[in-house]
Amino acid sequence: MSARDVVITGIGLVSSLGEGLDTHWEKLSSGATEPVVDGERYKPYSIHPLPPIDWGLQIAKRGDQRQMETWQRLGTYAAGLALDDAGVKGDEALCSTMDMIVAAGGGERDELVDQGILEASETRGDTEVLLNEKLTTELRPTLFLAQLSNLLAGNISIVHKVTGSSRTFMGEEGAGVAAVETAAARIRAGQSTHALVGGAFQTEHSDMLLGYELGAFLHRGPWKPLWQRAGSEGGGVVTGSGAAFLVLESREHAEKRGRKIYAKLGRIVSERVKRPSADLAEAITAMLEQAELPDTPLLAMSGASGAHAATAAERAALDRKPNVVARGFGTLTGHLKEAQFPFAVALAALAVDRRAAYPVFDAAGEKPFTGTPDAVLATAIGYCHFEGMALVSAPG
Amino acid sequence: MASTTDHMGRKVVAVTGIGVVTSLGVGKKDNWDALTSGRSGIHAITRFPVDHLNTRIAGTVDFLPSSNQGASALTYELAALSAEEALAESGFGPSDFHGPLFLASPPVELDWKDRFRLYHAGKGIEGYGRLLEVARNLNSAEVFGATQFGTIADRLAERFGATGLPVTLSTACASGATAIQLGVEAIRRGECDRALAVGADGSATAEALIRFSLLSALSTQNDVPEKASKPFSKDRDGFVLAEGSAALVLESLDSAVGRGAEVLGILSGCGERADDFHRTRSKPDGSPAIAAVRAALADAGLAEDEIDYVNAHGTSTPENDKMEHLSLSTVFGERVRTIPISSNKSMIGHTLSAAGAIEAAFSLMTMREGVIPPTINYDNPDPAIELDVVPNKKRSANVRTVISNSFGFGGQNACLVMAREPV
Repeated sequence: MSARDVVITGIGLVSSLGEGLDTHWEKLSSGATEPVVDGERYKPYSIHPLPPIDWGLQIAKRGDQRQMETWQRLGTYAAGLALDDAGVKGDEALCSTMDMIVAAGGGERDELVDQGILEASETRGDTEVLLNEKLTTELRPTLFLAQLSNLLAGNISIVHKVTGSSRTFMGEEGAGVAAVETAAARIRAGQSTHALVGGAFQTEHSDMLLGYELGAFLHRGPWKPLWQRAGSEGGGVVTGSGAAFLVLESREHAEKRGRKIYAKLGRIVSERVKRPSADLAEAITAMLEQAELPDTPLLAMSGASGAHAATAAERAALDRKPNVVARGFGTLTGHLKEAQFPFAVALAALAVDRRAAYPVFDAAGEKPFTGTPDAVLATAIGYCHFEGMALVSAPG
Repeated sequence: MASTTDHMGRKVVAVTGIGVVTSLGVGKKDNWDALTSGRSGIHAITRFPVDHLNTRIAGTVDFLPSSNQGASALTYELAALSAEEALAESGFGPSDFHGPLFLASPPVELDWKDRFRLYHAGKGIEGYGRLLEVARNLNSAEVFGATQFGTIADRLAERFGATGLPVTLSTACASGATAIQLGVEAIRRGECDRALAVGADGSATAEALIRFSLLSALSTQNDVPEKASKPFSKDRDGFVLAEGSAALVLESLDSAVGRGAEVLGILSGCGERADDFHRTRSKPDGSPAIAAVRAALADAGLAEDEIDYVNAHGTSTPENDKMEHLSLSTVFGERVRTIPISSNKSMIGHTLSAAGAIEAAFSLMTMREGVIPPTINYDNPDPAIELDVVPNKKRSANVRTVISNSFGFGGQNACLVMAREPV
């Protein structure tokens, strides 16, 4: 135990299952929760949509809500949940010294404007002039800000007053891994005392699906649990809307202000495996060796996306460890892209805190876990690149 | 011999390689010659038609093979070119760097050329449905890669042999400074003895220009392009969108001295502070920018009167230059009138995600060469901004320390303090 251990003191979660820690625990531990799947809106793709959210609960000013598209609103909302949970929200001294790293993709383009341009381009030869004509007259002036990557962090500063520092990392799952890794490393080294870290993904937008489908990554046809999509039509990924934010602190900082500690965050092991030439399963196995895992039965909250190659490789690597039992939470939430690793860490911390393992999310693809999880592994193996994992353990 | 630890007992971080590309050219020499002779790289846009556009000028990089290949391809090429120059200077090999990579780059979306191409390749269904259908059978690693925010860093890490998971970041106009800060922090933590920090931006597309234009952020003084960027002038009316990149090889002084590398400068302090006031405007009292400047000075262990030169953010927008003046006068007091403060953007425009890195590179060169590049187009001073902006002509000066400012949309403020020599 050290004063500079990195501990988790606040968690904010939103997914198709609902919002908040208790809801997620209740749904994920019930053993009978069915995923919320919308297979119609973006047919032939299925998605896990956002739950109903009363934005005003975390973003009081309607003016602020209007300045954001749904992705930014979702992240700002989940960040608020985490700050509330950690008892940081509204504490000016804590917020003004708090560091922040947000894992962000891009926000929502104006689909109608895009479609209008595409349709008009079929009858016009001068597509570049058409583009100027349409974009200058049809884009909402402030839309740029409402979709700009670093403006999720910007809105968290404005709405929740987190101003110690503001950094935005990009790059799919790897952004979430690097965000947690960097925030934790800074705390461990004494460069930071407390930090807000996390990400959000709003999949209910064709352009967001397009990002995956240009690489043929999306699962098509009837929805299936994540481990059972191999051999199905499409690429295996089913996306979801959701967000996860964590408040990380040094143990000393958390104890001084008398906060409840959910769990301790261990070393984050991150990689850029040379895909597709390298053997991904081998590489993940090597990462597991570095993650300082216990030999006792270990639950793994896997952030597997469903993408065929990456998911098979991760599963093979986990199955090589006889003491590891995997749970693919993507079966119930869908793939949350930049938020995937923070979400995995959050669910791992929740199980450690509640001293109970999650039952199987997919009876055919997962094994039961007996005993109390003193430590839980969180993973995010990117659907196309970047890998990360960390052990989350009892506070001690 | 100089100490290899700083005033807080941390490893001193040296710079052992620098690379730069801007609209003024490729490489330090061409850039420095142009910069010190007061030449502008701003020109009329030829990359795309300018019909219907209020702004028809930019500092685009038009002379590279990928200049017309879309934002992702160009950003990669810009980053690779400057990293190559920096690595060559540092003496590390071109493909086995063995340190982490921190890349500041713009969030890049699928290029319109590709959108049109995809759309026209299908038929039947309208709109995005058609794009999705064509996309799933496209089988183009290149087009897919261009939509993944991690691709450019992935490719750079592969090419230069960087270790671990590369970090791609965006803190708007402060991105380049943040990339350097991340490298400095990693070395101070002892995680590595070297890091490659790159800021690159090749995203001056029609859509990017229109987006900034709709926010009234850009200059519309199209008639004499090289005169449009006029930081601290009374008739400044916005920034000029531009492209470029810079790379720094950061290295612990221990390591640099140990392998006999030439030390080009010291990254002595980083400071940052977020603004919670507004998405594009700064808090009226300038307190976040002031706090960022002070944090950088404190991190460097320097007092206000130990700064010899300020490399301004100086975008040439009415708001930025006013607020930067307010912040600097608050920190430096009366002395602000006599510290030389110049804006590289008067010549290269605003290179957005790359700006903090490019301006850090120029700051280091300013100290080494003993020459301060001017703020050009300073013909009509803003009487409300009393600064020594090194107007129009370069100046020889003994510059031992620099602070370089970066302030961006979304309340991003980051400042870097650099020194010519280790203390």
